[in-house]
Amino acid sequence: MQVKDIIRILDARILCGGERLDYTIELAFASDLMSDVLTLSNDNVLLITGLANMQTIRTAEMSDINCIIFARNKKASAEMIELARESDIILMECRYSLYKTCGLLYAEGVKPIF
Amino acid sequence: MGEKIADQYSVTGGDFSRAGYASSQIKKSLKKLGVDMAIIKRTVVATYEGEVNIVAHAWSGKIVFAVDDEKIRIVLEDEGPGIEDIEQAMEEGFSTATSEIREMGFGAGMGLPNMKKNADHLHVESEVGKGTRVEITMHLN
Repeated sequence: MQVKDIIRILDARILCGGERLDYTIELAFASDLMSDVLTLSNDNVLLITGLANMQTIRTAEMSDINCIIFARNKKASAEMIELARESDIILMECRYSLYKTCGLLYAEGVKPIF
Repeated sequence: MGEKIADQYSVTGGDFSRAGYASSQIKKSLKKLGVDMAIIKRTVVATYEGEVNIVAHAWSGKIVFAVDDEKIRIVLEDEGPGIEDIEQAMEEGFSTATSEIREMGFGAGMGLPNMKKNADHLHVESEVGKGTRVEITMHLN
């Protein structure tokens, strides 16, 4: 699924990485626990999370995750957006709950990691 | 590769906004050296877990990073409360984390086990009331 499809399906707002709307993800993982995210060995994963802080971006950077969507209307700070931009991470926000966000993407074919 | 690198970064206890800076710099260095991406990921995940541990638990610390033809060596050394029972700390789910650490998305007792999983070799030593020293070794060949 491409970033532009995610934006359409979730009525999401893109915060950085808008020049890469055709970036494609195949897998998604949802968690507010960064320790769980750090145990993943897959690449090309979309992170769906309700945890919006600097460590979310750092965790993605270390895990080679290039795409994050913040659910339940969580807002990324300017500092987070800046760090994401430096690390080539695409950031999006949407107002849906984590459950609805996952459900909509799953229904459209985004696969789980396990 | 032939090239050698040695760097050192200081880490401040409690400074969550900066946690991950050292690991990020190390990732950039390893990328520049052309190290295999899978090895880079395992190295920086282990290092980042350790860096977060210093920020979460210790007063101050340093991370020493060295690369030669055969291996990557990262030593995370802190001045802090130390670990009472290292074996227990290596068990998944054992945690002494505060609610502040949990709010940052950590503190589930997964850090040291994940470091062990990702590192080729992990050595932990600690003295209660003084600090902890963790050594990560990654083989390049």
